[in-house]
Amino acid sequence: MTAKEIAEKVGGSLAVGVGDEEAQCVYVGDLLSDVMGHAAEDCVLVTIQNHLNTLAVCTLVGCRVVVLCHGRPVPPDMAEGAKREEVAIVVTALSQYEVALALASLPPAKK
Amino acid sequence: MSFTEKAMGEYTPVILQGQQTSDDEILAKTPLDAKALGGDSSEIIMELLQRFKVRDVMKRQVISISRKATMRDAQKLLRDNRISGVPVSENGRLYGIVSVNDIITGLDGGWMDEPCEDHMAKNLVVLEAGMPLSFALRYFNNYTYGRFPVLDSDRRLVGIISQRDVMRALLYELSVEIRKLEMKTSPKAAQAEHVTKENFFRKEWAVVHNDLSRAGHAANAIKGILRERKIDRSIVRRVAVAAYELEINICIHSHGGVLVLLITEDTVRITAKDRGPGIPDIEWACRDGTSTANDWIRSMGFGAGMGLSNSKRVSDKFEIESEVGRFTIVQCIFDLPKAAAPQQEGAAS
Repeated sequence: MTAKEIAEKVGGSLAVGVGDEEAQCVYVGDLLSDVMGHAAEDCVLVTIQNHLNTLAVCTLVGCRVVVLCHGRPVPPDMAEGAKREEVAIVVTALSQYEVALALASLPPAKK
Repeated sequence: MSFTEKAMGEYTPVILQGQQTSDDEILAKTPLDAKALGGDSSEIIMELLQRFKVRDVMKRQVISISRKATMRDAQKLLRDNRISGVPVSENGRLYGIVSVNDIITGLDGGWMDEPCEDHMAKNLVVLEAGMPLSFALRYFNNYTYGRFPVLDSDRRLVGIISQRDVMRALLYELSVEIRKLEMKTSPKAAQAEHVTKENFFRKEWAVVHNDLSRAGHAANAIKGILRERKIDRSIVRRVAVAAYELEINICIHSHGGVLVLLITEDTVRITAKDRGPGIPDIEWACRDGTSTANDWIRSMGFGAGMGLSNSKRVSDKFEIESEVGRFTIVQCIFDLPKAAAPQQEGAAS
């Protein structure tokens, strides 16, 4: 599923990215160490952590799409970092659980 | 041509020249009381102040605003980027600065919808990119400004420097220097990275306490180096996870330390060494979900108590040594498959 399709499914907008960034599975988490431990390559990360460290984790695990919940804004440094690392960021008003339901057609991330 | 345009056209920023003064004189006048930091460190600080130039420390991505933009635009820019002053600049040329004070005056005087060029500070003090850092320190001491625009030799705006930028750079470099000194004096630390093979690659990164904005730099650099060396992707990812976790650990729990990458023929080693509180109960600390992180760290998404267990899980071999009140050394070792090892000359026949 592409970032553009994910944005549509969660009723959000593509804040950063071109839209063709791919995700094949989903991981939901706000504790970045937990995300490091369990998220898989090519997953979409659903989180409320709208800061640069989230991107560091994404680049390390190989995740190319982030969904920020509860309408949390993308700070400028995070936006710049995402462009540089080619990670798409989708912003939605939905909660993590609501996003998970909206993306239910994708499987869970498995390491 | 209106009076304002004429004034703008003729305006040239004031650059305080310092070429007439020798570096020694400048250092003697440096406001920083280096002696307070102890005898040896003062020499290191002096050396750093001479070695580093403003361009090494300044922020290169300058948020700026145009002359015709309104004061309200400037206010929004300051608020959105949480900064206290914005240069008024077009095509690299600096015309002035709008600071929080100008905004307050504008709100009071009712000229928030007027252009910045009419209300910005025009009598600017700027630094040149090639000046030694000691100049920057002196200027922060002599003027009340929180930041200085930085111009290159063609008088183009190339950066902005704040006291925070200077402190961060100094602390970062100091921790590297202190590490080097400690490596010479502490056999324990030196032993942790004893290598028998001659064929190895080694690099280290300083990690600063509580500077979460930089956290991940070392891990990302390590990932890049391993990728360049065509090491198997799954191993690279495991090493990167361990490096990141250990980097974050140094950042949030210690008083600062270093992350060392060592690549030998058959292993990749990540060693994290820090000065700090140490770990009283290692077994407890390595368990999933145990953490001593504070609320601030947790609100940033760290301190889940998985750092050590995550790095242990991804490693082929995991070693940890700690002394309460002194240091912690963690070593993660990853085996490289034989095929990935560099071929010796003449070995392939």
